[in-house]
Amino acid sequence: MVALRAGALGSVEADVGPRPSDLTVRLGRTGDLPAAAAVLIGSHAMALATVVATDETTTPDHDLKVRYVFEPTTPGTPDRFVTLLVSVDSARPEVPSLTTAVPAANWHEREMQDLFGIVPVGHPDPRPLVVHDGWPQGVFPLRKAFDASRRVPVQPAAEFPHLVAEGEGVFEIPVGPIHAGIIEPGHFRFTSVGETVLNLEARLFYTHRGLEKRMEGLLPLDAFYVAERICGVCSVAHGLGYCEALEQIAGVDAPPRARLIRSIALELERLYNHVGDVGNICAGAAFHYGTTTGMRLKERLQQLNERVAGNRFLRGLVIPGGVRLDLPADLLGVIAATLQDTLAGLDSLMERIEANPSVVDRLDDTGVLQRQAALDLAVAGVAARASGVDRDARREHPHGAFAGPEPPDLHVVTVSDGDVMARMNVRALEARESIRLVGELVRRLLPGPLGVALPEPLPGGRIGISAIESPRGEAVHWLRTDASGRVERYHLRSPSYHNWPAVVLAAQTAIVPDFPLVNKSFELCYSCTDR
Amino acid sequence: MLRILLNALHTGVVTTRYPAEPSVPPDRFRGLPVLRPGSHLPPPSVCPTGALSEHVDGGRRHVGLDVARCVFCGRCAEDPWAGAITMGRDFELAARCRDDLRIEVVADDPAVPAAGPASDPAAEAAHASSEIHRVLGRSLHLRHIDAGSCNACDWELTALLNPVYDVRRLGIDFVASPRHADGVVVTGSVTRNLETAVRRTLEAIPDPRVVIAVGACAASGGIVGESYASAGGVDRVLPVDVYIPGCPPRPEAIIFGILVAVGRLDARRLSASGDGTPSHFEA
Repeated sequence: MVALRAGALGSVEADVGPRPSDLTVRLGRTGDLPAAAAVLIGSHAMALATVVATDETTTPDHDLKVRYVFEPTTPGTPDRFVTLLVSVDSARPEVPSLTTAVPAANWHEREMQDLFGIVPVGHPDPRPLVVHDGWPQGVFPLRKAFDASRRVPVQPAAEFPHLVAEGEGVFEIPVGPIHAGIIEPGHFRFTSVGETVLNLEARLFYTHRGLEKRMEGLLPLDAFYVAERICGVCSVAHGLGYCEALEQIAGVDAPPRARLIRSIALELERLYNHVGDVGNICAGAAFHYGTTTGMRLKERLQQLNERVAGNRFLRGLVIPGGVRLDLPADLLGVIAATLQDTLAGLDSLMERIEANPSVVDRLDDTGVLQRQAALDLAVAGVAARASGVDRDARREHPHGAFAGPEPPDLHVVTVSDGDVMARMNVRALEARESIRLVGELVRRLLPGPLGVALPEPLPGGRIGISAIESPRGEAVHWLRTDASGRVERYHLRSPSYHNWPAVVLAAQTAIVPDFPLVNKSFELCYSCTDR
Repeated sequence: MLRILLNALHTGVVTTRYPAEPSVPPDRFRGLPVLRPGSHLPPPSVCPTGALSEHVDGGRRHVGLDVARCVFCGRCAEDPWAGAITMGRDFELAARCRDDLRIEVVADDPAVPAAGPASDPAAEAAHASSEIHRVLGRSLHLRHIDAGSCNACDWELTALLNPVYDVRRLGIDFVASPRHADGVVVTGSVTRNLETAVRRTLEAIPDPRVVIAVGACAASGGIVGESYASAGGVDRVLPVDVYIPGCPPRPEAIIFGILVAVGRLDARRLSASGDGTPSHFEA
């Protein structure tokens, strides 16, 4: 605050919130935004966590608002979010763009331009991001006046606007959105000379389902089932992130046993993803033994998920207030035995990979993400830690069992090389850490209730914010209730949202045939990016 | 190399015998909800996807369940409605007609049996002897289209190729180009941003071709529904031959649906209470 005042800004008002440890700073002039962001990033080593736009034209404020949420980046700093809040005139919806100074703001600003019509003035690349194919001018689906059930007809697609290079031997390779394998849809436009990538552009948001709008107006307990289904492989993480934000609004805490079971579920989710991802990296390097071994180990873990939660993606375990199912002793025995076998299988697989020079040669020095680029883009999760960035939301924003008085030990793995090999090794090490952690969490389980009831109706006009370390990295959830306690606005910033631009950077250091390998080493979700 | 061979021998055969032998899901698995006629059935508002419905006919309350829309969350089977609805373990739910996935029971009169499915058996028989089966025979090569899914159904399709399910043993495979495909498996509710790509992919597949909608979103719009961004189900955009319910359907449920599509297994026509066991023949 002192630093913000010293920054010669106009009117600045600060309040505690949304959580008691957080701070919300209202800027009297939108023009002060770049200076305020520079203070938080420069003087306080903070990074952009999420950007949330809201339409408050139907409230007494009669405006649009944008919240730029920042978080500390220094390991060991207390859990805190600092929100810079600006009011935007709905008749002239403009804010100064932060993207040139804060590259991580790039997609956030383009998204709010598409969905809210808030123009980031001075944005270096203001192309549409979320809406494709002849979306009509001046129609902003996340404005409150836009009818949620309105269908907008598809128009013939114009050519995807992208940087065009010309010259002898320069050609373009368009890939997707429908791919040759069973994977999610995205369009990649390579400009190359021979095998060398000159430029790569990724066009995403093909799976934009309008889920944030879908949740508006629902009872928060009903909207949970949407949050849990934003992404298949992050079902526990996103379900839990929504629940923790909702529980803040409700003013309740999940009981200790429920918190432990939530963290066990989160680690089981991380484990089946990481083990499967190691196998998929082998697929990118044409090492089929590794691919099928990864698939087999992952299948065993998903069968375990089905025994634990009744669903192979662990859906139906976490619910608002606690957990829906207990972990009785016989199931804990099954979990322990399966995890022991997984550990042995993973160790053996990693041994085979390391002993195979043709595989190691493909992974070493391929698709390097520099540490500074990871910091600039606020890259999260495995990709950040493989580029030497020591961040993990389980430690920075304690959730599940980590939010208790005596949090379990957590060894955060970092590697500095930033290449495909580093990202694979981080996953293998984190998978082992998850197995150890599940053991520790199980030992801490004491008899107790599985949940608490949430008040009905829920308190109106409150904000909840949470950050969860999903298998891909930190996901930030922001939820606000309206006066009647229904969902007024929900926003998810997934780890993949910040990491996709990093894939493009890393792939530009590789050759065209290595793109699948580089892409698999990041293993990002399209569905939780696109929502 | 020798170590890899030894490891493979040590691992042995992990492949399932399904569908020659039945697959039994674990105790906690949430399959087809079973509605008990005459009981205190929950109000439709309990369902997050709108799969439950009710209407009053002849003074009696009828409760309907659209299995294609169900996400198997189990909320309608929890207190205070536990017992009126129970989550069964039946997962082989693929049907040729959307209406075959609708169940209706009378809530307030235990003497009245539940209503049956609305489909026409003659149309069903005609379907099964269609051009598709004559030309394609027992084998099916499929192209996958993600039309805006959460990726869970996609991963279950990938699982079909793992050593446990290994669908190639059944003459089923996934191909890279629609030109090489006999049909498509579609996941997701068909987003606005993918509608053009979905149509063009189907156009690239030679006739006759099958369209299989995998999972609640593809089969009905599911949790996504219909909006500015979503068409609300594959059959809003393409003609669908087989619907596979689930959120996501487990791999065996998808195998069941694909075998229904080639006429090697009988499609489901749910009787009102949701029983009616599928036959496990391999024609």
